Amino acid sequence: MKISLSWLREFVDITESTEELRVILDDLGLVVEGVERVGEGLEDVVVARIDEIRAIEGADRVRLVVVDAGHGPLEIVCGAMNIDLGDHVPLAPVGAVLPGGFEIALRQMRGVTSNGMLCSARELGLGDDHHGLMLLDEVIDPVVGVNLLEALSITPDVVFEITVEGNRPDAWSVEGVARDLATRLGRPLTAPALAEPNGDELSASFASAGVDDPDLCGRLTVSVLRNVRVGPSPSWVRARVQGAGMRPISNVVDASNLVMLELGQPTHPYDAAHVAQRTLRARRARPGETIVTLDGVERKLAVAGRGLGDTGEDCVIVDGDDQVLGLAGIMGGASSEISDATTDVLLEAAYFDPMSIARSSKRHGLRSEASNRFERGVDPQLGLRAAARFVQILHESCPELEWLGSPLDVHGTTPTPPTIRLSAGDIERVLGVTIDGDEVASILRGLRFDVSLSDGDLTVTAPTARPDVRSGVAGRADVIEEIARLYGYRRLPRHVPTWPEPGGLSNRQKLRRHVRDVVVDLGAVECWTPTLGSDGDFDLLEPGVARVRITNPLAADESVLRATMITGLVRAWGKNLERGTGDVVLAELGNVFVHPGIASWPRTTKGGVGGSVTLSLPLESERLTVVLGRPGDDAASAVALWSTLAERLGLADVVVRTSETPARGFHPTRCAQLVDRASGAVLGSVGEVDAVLIEDVVASASTRRLGLLDVDFDALCDAGRATRRSEFAKVPSRFPSAAIDLAFVTPRSVHAQDLAHELRGASEFVERVALFDVYQGSALPDGTRSLAYNVRFSADDRTLSESDVASARSQLIARAESLGATLR
Amino acid sequence: MTSPLANLADQTADLLATITGLASIEQLREAEPSITGKRSILSALQKSFGVLAPEDRREAGAQLQEARRVVEAALDARRRELSHLARAQSLREDGLDLGDVVVGDVRWPASVGHPSLVAITQRELEDVFVAMGFTVSEGPEVESDWYNFEALNIPPAHPARGLWDTFYVDLGEPETVVLRTHTSPTQIHLMEEGVANDSLPIHSVMPGRCYRRDTPDSRHLATFHQIEGLVVDRGITFADLAGVIETFTRAYFGPDIESRLRPGYFPFTEPSAEFEVTCTICRGEGCRTCSHTGWIELGGCGVLDPAVLAAVGIDGEEWSGFAFGFGIDRCAQMRHEIADMRALIENDTRFLEQFS
Repeated sequence: MKISLSWLREFVDITESTEELRVILDDLGLVVEGVERVGEGLEDVVVARIDEIRAIEGADRVRLVVVDAGHGPLEIVCGAMNIDLGDHVPLAPVGAVLPGGFEIALRQMRGVTSNGMLCSARELGLGDDHHGLMLLDEVIDPVVGVNLLEALSITPDVVFEITVEGNRPDAWSVEGVARDLATRLGRPLTAPALAEPNGDELSASFASAGVDDPDLCGRLTVSVLRNVRVGPSPSWVRARVQGAGMRPISNVVDASNLVMLELGQPTHPYDAAHVAQRTLRARRARPGETIVTLDGVERKLAVAGRGLGDTGEDCVIVDGDDQVLGLAGIMGGASSEISDATTDVLLEAAYFDPMSIARSSKRHGLRSEASNRFERGVDPQLGLRAAARFVQILHESCPELEWLGSPLDVHGTTPTPPTIRLSAGDIERVLGVTIDGDEVASILRGLRFDVSLSDGDLTVTAPTARPDVRSGVAGRADVIEEIARLYGYRRLPRHVPTWPEPGGLSNRQKLRRHVRDVVVDLGAVECWTPTLGSDGDFDLLEPGVARVRITNPLAADESVLRATMITGLVRAWGKNLERGTGDVVLAELGNVFVHPGIASWPRTTKGGVGGSVTLSLPLESERLTVVLGRPGDDAASAVALWSTLAERLGLADVVVRTSETPARGFHPTRCAQLVDRASGAVLGSVGEVDAVLIEDVVASASTRRLGLLDVDFDALCDAGRATRRSEFAKVPSRFPSAAIDLAFVTPRSVHAQDLAHELRGASEFVERVALFDVYQGSALPDGTRSLAYNVRFSADDRTLSESDVASARSQLIARAESLGATLR
Repeated sequence: MTSPLANLADQTADLLATITGLASIEQLREAEPSITGKRSILSALQKSFGVLAPEDRREAGAQLQEARRVVEAALDARRRELSHLARAQSLREDGLDLGDVVVGDVRWPASVGHPSLVAITQRELEDVFVAMGFTVSEGPEVESDWYNFEALNIPPAHPARGLWDTFYVDLGEPETVVLRTHTSPTQIHLMEEGVANDSLPIHSVMPGRCYRRDTPDSRHLATFHQIEGLVVDRGITFADLAGVIETFTRAYFGPDIESRLRPGYFPFTEPSAEFEVTCTICRGEGCRTCSHTGWIELGGCGVLDPAVLAAVGIDGEEWSGFAFGFGIDRCAQMRHEIADMRALIENDTRFLEQFS
């Protein structure tokens, strides 16, 4: 909202500087987004007449213009081509400083001296037009030599661009902002001049009004204006409307806009000649009805919308023939629009139910200055006051204007302003400070709250302009916010609270940090790949599988929630490869989503209006995915990365076990599952990226192998699935240990880690079993390979004898044989 | 005269037998011209139609066409079979029993890792709040409208819903499931748990990923990270909120950075405030980044609205509290003066490698 200082000054005496005022407005929650200075730097600019235009030898872009600005001919070099002899234009003489600090100096151009500058509207900060000089004859009757500000009746002014929060419809007007200022500054608020009905006739004898659905239209006032002459507005009205960023149209429309800007009440003028039986009624639209709004669009009414709980309610204004004239509070129709021929006007100033305006406006995709205000809540008592202001303004350009007596005023249902009891203690309990009772009362009275004090307790009734103030306990908070706001947030104390409960991270959060640290320590660069992807990407790994879809994506390739991070990371790797930075390990720890229809345990939650419906939501699971893309990386380095990670996480025993059904995205014969030996739970998969996926996702064909690790972080966090080593530490034996190597010809079906596990349990003396060599060759029977283990033996209480070692060795060999492995 | 097609059935059978006998893709490729190509018996038969009466040609053509179709289909099937076998064979040859990997023998290429800037920033922020006595809580990214809006005092069709450009998820009735637009729904979950487990008070911060349907630019991403704080305790006031914000600001941004609050509007807090910190670029002198005000808006906060406490069943006479929230990515952007936020999601290692 653009509000000028001069307009504010009509309501409240302001002595503060622009900067001071900006700070005060900000502190009141009326956020100043920008400050524009109009007419600044134009003090020296005068009206000049063009008397002569001459070409300059050798120049085709500029000409020599001789002007008269009241002191005889002046030669000026000028590049504008939109001028003729006799035109009046603004002249910035030598020494003038234009807006933006541009100082005009004597200049030599093409051997000619330029004694100043002729200006465009933009150069003067008076408009956006920069196509040529500002032609004054189009706007005024110019007199040579007169100061431009005087000629254009411009008073230098400051325009504030203010954002008003959604809960402050009362502040969405000049008067509303002025009221906050007056209250904060402790100065009186001046009321604008209002007209009185002056017609001999009564309104009811000329027109009628009605409200069929009082829940939708809380109040409908209709004023009858006769002897209207439609024409241009007085210049001050045009200036005000323009200053607020609106286009002046005619005296009637401008007055309506000005009243809205000034007081916050949207009004709608109808040409009475085109309103059947000069009757305006507000009612619910019926299915099948349509209207062509002023923007030329035909709109179907009373059609249920997609919005949650939107039953398709529209409030419309109809005439005496029950024909729809407009979408109430949002936009009028073309049929009864004001035209040059209009002589009688019906002026509607109403109150509509905010929620129903909000729904209609959203459903029809139609927002207007009026609907924006109605949906937040206009003061239901404001209608006739706004009409009186409207008449006052219109009267200036239509002196014969007649406002018929007793304007029509039909009441529907409006909210009752709440009355709230408030003690000094209540204020202190919320704000942490005691505020003097008189100051509280004067703040609230300044904001038009009705306040009575007894024994330090306040009984407060909100003004009708404050729909944001609720009743009961919530209302108490609303009133306290108003007290704090006007008192000044900056004056409120600060206190750092303490409590006995310790802060800290959960085990899951600690584990997440640990996993991140280890993976980064192992050389991975952590990525953030998109959560939202395309159907095509989804189908690469999950063809035809149910997916979680976004109803209103920004783009088609961002419409599906990811079910894996593998695709995203491989793509990220491919992009880096193209940039020549593909020799990296990329990792991501993040959420993937499973459609509730196929999730193993869908999440249910409450939703819908009032939380009355039970909804099934996608399963969100957190995973760690690592793509190893350095030269030489492959499934084996992925295994090495995993085994280091598992070791650092203190996992007791996770077997890397080949599986008949490879996990999605993995190379079918170079992948394995990570199986927790104790729980049997699958913690993830390790291996290489499927070459088919690399081909699909990476633009530049690559024959490089990519190691891949995909771990279920939820499983890692679950002690029942991911078994941890005992926290109890074992002190190693102080006696020397003995080491032997054992190589077994082992059937392929027997897993190296399973055999190691068996060996570990075969004798009480086993301290450690480590696989150190795998040999496969033609010397060995088909379907076998040789697994060589280094085994260390020790005992806590003695040095093992040779016979101890020999018997332990036999036990190990026997155990291996029971699995079908034979000593080589 | 015998029809040139008299032996067609036998000839076709021979061709099919040949196809079945092809043992590799290479053999198939070699044999193809003699089965269906110009040198094939089928092409020869076609040429022999010249001897037929015109009225018989149509019939013969149809027969030959059918035979060709059968042969070509068989060839295609065999081709698929063989290439499948070839792929299976090459996969088998390429196969590696990962259980047999001797970890100590793996040649491990060296590289230096880097944590994500968002993760670093989130951790730093968490640590500041943990040191102040907060726990850290998390919640889901897909939420119902009730948790994301209504429980936060934003009923359906409320114009305030327009403050958040929402991605709706295609589940349930329209607009009932959303990608959370802020981490605030986690506050509701926490408070519900607090009531259900009788475990109030709450002092927690909630970091997490959020989504808004807003075209990304240098200062905004459609996917972003937020951290929110929630305190529900006895005797908590606006002064406590201002104190926490102040302490946090100094702890995270440094001792010479100040905070200030100004009135704002959030449906879930009352009184509400926007909080601003001294511009970290100009240290409050005024510059382009802060529009010459010396202050940068960081987030929103306020005293918990009684309606929110009521929605989760907390007795507002006994308990009170406050909430605050701001962008994690935004803090990172400020701290590192990142000209364009989109660098955060491009995964360009040249960018990522700058953070440690």
